[in-house]
Amino acid sequence: ASTTRDGRVDYADGEALNSFEDITSYNNFYEFGTGKSDPARYAHTLELKPWTLRVDGECEAGGDFDLHQLIATLPSEERIYRLRCVEGWSMVIPWRGFELGPFLQRFAPTDKARYVAFETAVKPKQMRLNASGIDWPYREGLRMDEAMNPLSFMATGLYDKPLPRQNGAPMRLVVPWKYGFKSIKSIVRIRFTASEPQTTWNMLQPREYGFYANVNPTVDHPRWSQARERRIGELFKRDTLMFNGYAEQVAGLYDGMDLRKYY
Amino acid sequence: MPAWRPSTGHIRLLCFALCAIPLGQAAWWIASAQLGVNPIETLTHHSGQWALRLLLVTLAMSPLQRLARWRWPLQIRRQLGLWSFFYLLCHFAVYLVFDLSLSLARLGEEVLERPYITVGFAALLLLTPLAVTSTRGWQRRLRRNWKRLHRLVYPAAVLACVHFIWKVKVSEPEPFIYLTVLLVLFAVRLRRA
Repeated sequence: ASTTRDGRVDYADGEALNSFEDITSYNNFYEFGTGKSDPARYAHTLELKPWTLRVDGECEAGGDFDLHQLIATLPSEERIYRLRCVEGWSMVIPWRGFELGPFLQRFAPTDKARYVAFETAVKPKQMRLNASGIDWPYREGLRMDEAMNPLSFMATGLYDKPLPRQNGAPMRLVVPWKYGFKSIKSIVRIRFTASEPQTTWNMLQPREYGFYANVNPTVDHPRWSQARERRIGELFKRDTLMFNGYAEQVAGLYDGMDLRKYY
Repeated sequence: MPAWRPSTGHIRLLCFALCAIPLGQAAWWIASAQLGVNPIETLTHHSGQWALRLLLVTLAMSPLQRLARWRWPLQIRRQLGLWSFFYLLCHFAVYLVFDLSLSLARLGEEVLERPYITVGFAALLLLTPLAVTSTRGWQRRLRRNWKRLHRLVYPAAVLACVHFIWKVKVSEPEPFIYLTVLLVLFAVRLRRA
């Protein structure tokens, strides 16, 4: 990674950034609808203050925190990451935020904590929640060693601005070597667990979406190929990179694992 | 004074103008850079949607003619079918050029390995001879077989609905609405038989 002239740390090999407009008007956030433009259209109703983050499970310093107070005390940095959606499109995004590992350490996870689970807010008056079949809240999780990897990131901003609601304000996960749905938005709860937590897409379609969801061009989605992707802004598809181009940093996490089985 | 009745020519012209609207829409979006953040996806979806919608409209023409005792539905049926096929070709062309970068090897792989592509491609294969033999000359040459051949439109319509249902990530109402319309059209036909 190199540092750009704007002081951002570039983890996308100098690739052109997608525009703020692209990033904020085309994405998935199923609480606001299943269409790609639904989040931009409907997320304005989400109230960001007050916002309580509950941290519990296998940890010694859990509790309910005022999220805005909590993140105000943290140093933030800017990182440029590629984001690859499981649907076959991708973007290059400059996030602002902080590394996940040190953030989680503040809550003193115990030896029993082997996984960390995340939940999105459920606010029926502020969200549409009309996607059929989804058992809210939206859930995601990581193995602890994945969460502690220096690439794992919590974003609170985008392009020098506070994170827009449609992109997961006030705080979202960014795990750049996994399909985008792992990077859970608008987090209200972090729970340390001893066993693998349930994750929303896996609950919906276990055959199609695994717990790991690592970007892998050699393991296809049962219904479509994952070998190529369309970078937003380009017309033709390009080849998808193993671990979304982050193999050097993360491949070791999966040594000895059959990635066809643990998809 | 005799009631004014639109001629067959007028009806066909009106049908042509209406069916050309989605094409004009796409042209306008391209010209004014309004295809959105993912332009290829927009074009793929738009062309596929209209191919399927117009296929269902085509299939609705003979029940409409029978139930309402109008003549005009049968006068525009062929044109509707051809418009549907035109949007289907656009749909396939966008996919072949921009998704597969014109690689026939990739196309073969996708047809064999991706069920939603298999059924979509099968629908295209079934509808192609129907478009080719839609002329009066072919109708005469094939005689009774023409009707038999053109029954392929029913499996093709089913495959097109399945293609759409298998493509969406979570169940969305739109493809099921089309499937329901198709089933209603089947029911109307079976009731007569």
